[in-house]
Parts: sequence; structure tokens; C-alpha cells
Amino acid sequence: MAEITIRLNGTDVPLSVDPRTSLLDLLRERLGLTGTKKGCDHGQCGACTVLIDGRRANACLALAVAQDGADVTTVEGLTSAGHPPDGENEALHPLQAAFIERDAFQCGYCTPGQLCSAAGMLAERGPSAVTADLTADPALVPEEIRERMSGNLCRCGAYVNIVAAIGDVAGSGARAGDGVRATERAGAGSGRGAP
Amino acid sequence: MRTFTYDRASDVAAAVAGFAPGTMYLGGGTNLVDLMRLGVAEPERLVDVSKLPLRDVEADGEGLLIGSAVRNADLAAHPLVRERYPMLARAVLTGASGQVRNMATVGGNLLQRTRCSYFQDVTKACNKRSPGSGCPAIEGDHRNLAIFGHSTPQQAPQCVATHPSDMAVALAALDAQVRVAGPEGERVIAMPGLHRLPGTEPDRDTVLRPGELITAVRLPAPPPGASAYRKVRERASFAFALVSVAAALDVSDYGAVQGVRLALGGVAHAPWRARRAEEALLGQQADDDQFRRAADAELAHARPLPGNRYKVALARNLIVAVLRELMPR
Repeated sequence: MAEITIRLNGTDVPLSVDPRTSLLDLLRERLGLTGTKKGCDHGQCGACTVLIDGRRANACLALAVAQDGADVTTVEGLTSAGHPPDGENEALHPLQAAFIERDAFQCGYCTPGQLCSAAGMLAERGPSAVTADLTADPALVPEEIRERMSGNLCRCGAYVNIVAAIGDVAGSGARAGDGVRATERAGAGSGRGAP
Repeated sequence: MRTFTYDRASDVAAAVAGFAPGTMYLGGGTNLVDLMRLGVAEPERLVDVSKLPLRDVEADGEGLLIGSAVRNADLAAHPLVRERYPMLARAVLTGASGQVRNMATVGGNLLQRTRCSYFQDVTKACNKRSPGSGCPAIEGDHRNLAIFGHSTPQQAPQCVATHPSDMAVALAALDAQVRVAGPEGERVIAMPGLHRLPGTEPDRDTVLRPGELITAVRLPAPPPGASAYRKVRERASFAFALVSVAAALDVSDYGAVQGVRLALGGVAHAPWRARRAEEALLGQQADDDQFRRAADAELAHARPLPGNRYKVALARNLIVAVLRELMPR
């Protein structure tokens, strides 16, 4: 067993972990945070996506023991980390509100991963594989959102509405990296409280 | 998963000094952790090298020095890579997903293992995983596997795996140098020489010696002219290459090819630098006829299997299409 401390949704959590434990299993089996889902357990489906130090990552491929000192945000922490609440429902992150508004799911199993992935994605700068001009930060048009979200599968095929919901939050004319402030607050920044 | 111990390396010297048989270096873990879960990799000890101070991308004279712990996402987003090495930025961006690129390191990308389905299934024979056990892919599912370099007229294939990295294909075309530190000191390996062909030792993916750790990749000045990376796969995103092409083309004012780089991905056990095609094209008129002739010069040496003959035509068409795209306008 190894002794580690993870900052989890804004709170330092000291833990003793078996080196074989994935971050995903730690969250679900030990810490009761079952919002993060296990889909393929091979990094191919994105259901386990969380933010590690503010960046989206597959929790199934991350060894818990390697996360000592890391700042981890799960779907349970998307709202509690100081993001300005949505106007109509203060308990929701704007992405969550947009997913409801756009009916961006059927069964909902992939949704926590989609939400964390989208939060991380909106903070990322730079081009994607479909960006024509590599030197520019491209507008987050639907084609860009689809490419940037390709690490999250939805077996129900709710992609059309997922892209629309993320597009609503990105805002028309938003460019890659524009979401950086919002996600710093929503994500790893944690513990700083509401602005 | 078999039990193992975990240590975070404090510096390169400590990481290398602590190496013993059974030790593996851990980067982002996106391939290694999966292989451990599958029972394909069974290290006794992991030394985490992802936090080492090898995390910068910086200008180095005419070239670029890339630390081996730089995340794939950070490499592709770096202004100098985007401006000066668009082929590399594009190659990295076509690999994996946003999440995986955030985790995966440059060193780990180079050292990732083949995705051959037999290699990843411990219930199957595999000469790469278990030398001497056989290669079911040769008679079985090899649709996505190698057409180059798996055999010689004297030696039947023992392994038809492909190297899965996109980034490595661009590095091969860019004449990158891989810097390694090991128990016997430091050395530099010129791409595509890091990866080896399977021969009679398909269990060895690279020329690295036990304990050697990749510390950096150095790029020389970008090749003159235009460059591109193009990847053909079974879906539009988050899939490995069936065939990919990294290409740079420099055409004189008179329409002659005065510089060309070509490397192929998805076709061999290593990134495949298409030197026969380059030689055939250099000094020739830059037009479709010569592009086809150059592609054929390379593909005449392909040894496709019954299920992956399509890759020969695909590679040929892709080489011609990418070179055409790189013509000055």
C-alpha cells in the first residue's frame, strides 16, 4: 500500500492505496463517487473522464498511486468548485443545464464523462485535427466540437444534441481556449470558493 | 493485474540508476496501464518518469528540443510546433483522443506497443508477447497489419505487427534525433532508427537497451517547402491509421523536386521512411506522373498479406494525393 493525498473536488483526501488501483476504481469503489462511470476500462469510451489538474483525462488509465498531489474534479464537483451557477438552477453547471435543455442524452450513462470532457475541452487552446489553419485558435463550430469530443462515445447516439448543448455553452463565435477562465473555476481551481 | 511497486523518479540519473530487470518506466500510462490490466505487461516495479523536469519545448538553434515528458496535447498546441513543424502538429492531433493526448507523453508515444489484437490477447499465441509461440495474424486477422519489412526472401515472417504511433511517422520524416540516458551513459538515435523491424526478435520493438530512458527528441531545422500529415482510418476520429503519410515537398522555380521527405505509418513494425520513393522523385519534374512513379518505386517492395493488399493501392494513392496537395500554388 502507498500513502497519497489527492485534492478531490476541493478537499484534500489522504489515502492508502494499492498501486494496482485505478483512479476510476478509487473514486467509485472507495470514495463512493459513482458519478464517474466505468464503460470500457481501456480508455476508449470516455465514460470515466475527470479533470486532473484542470485537464480532462481517462480515470481508468490513471493509476491512483501516481496522482499523489493531483487536483481531481469529478462530475460531482463541477458545480461546487466555484463556478457561477446557472441562472435557473443554481445546482447545475452551465454544461449540465445545457444538456438538460437540449435533451443531450437518452440513458445518461456517458453523460458525466461527456460533461467533464466538455468542461476540459472548452479550456483547451490550439488547433484540432480538423482545423484548417494550425496557427489560429479556431472558432468552436460543430465540426470542431465533434472532433474534440471524439474521445467520448454515446451508445444511444445522442451526439447531435450533445454537440448542440456544448455549442450553447461555448457561445457563438467562441474560440478554442475561451473557456479557460470558466473551467479553471469549474475545475481544478477548487477550494477557492465562489468569486 | 500482478502486484508491483511504484516509485516516482526524482531525476533522470536516479531513474536510470534504479533500473533493474522487471522495472518499467511509466509515462502517461495510456498504453502501459492498459497492457498491465490485460496481463500483457507484468512489471514488478514502475518508475514514474512523467514528473521529471523533461517537460519543456524550446527553440534549439535552427531546431527544436522537446522533453520526453511533454504531453502530446502540449506538443501539438505549442506555437513553435504549429508554425514550424505543421506535419508534426497534425500527426499528433490525429492520434487518439483529447483525453489521451492530455495524458500521453512524447517518450511514451514512441514506446507504445502494437495494437495487433493477438498481441493484446494473452489467450492467443504471439511471437512478440511470447517468443516462439507463433503468429496467428499471418493466417488470421491481419487486415490492419504490415505490408513492409516483416520478412525477407530468406526468412518467413514471424510477426506482421505495425507500430501504431502517428507522431513517430512525422519524426521519421523530420530526421528527428532521440536522446536517451542509460546505465552506460547518454546516446543519440536518429529516427527512424529507434524502432526496428521484427526479424527473428519480434519481441523487441526498439533498439533501446535495458534501462535506457528517452529524455528528449531534437528536431533539426524544418525541411524547406511545404509539409503535411495525412491519415486514413476506418472512422473520422479516434482510430489508428490504416495508412498514413508524412510528407514534405520543395519544388524549384522551374518545377523540379529539390527536396522531398516521405514516411508511411500503419504499414510496418516501424515508421517506414520511403527512401526509394524519395530517391526516385528527387530532381524530377513535380507532377502526377512522377509522384506515381515514386510511389510505385516504394510499393514494389511491399509484401502484402491476402487480407491487407488494399494497403498497397491505398498507400500509393495517398502518397500521390499528399504530394499533389503540397505543390506550390
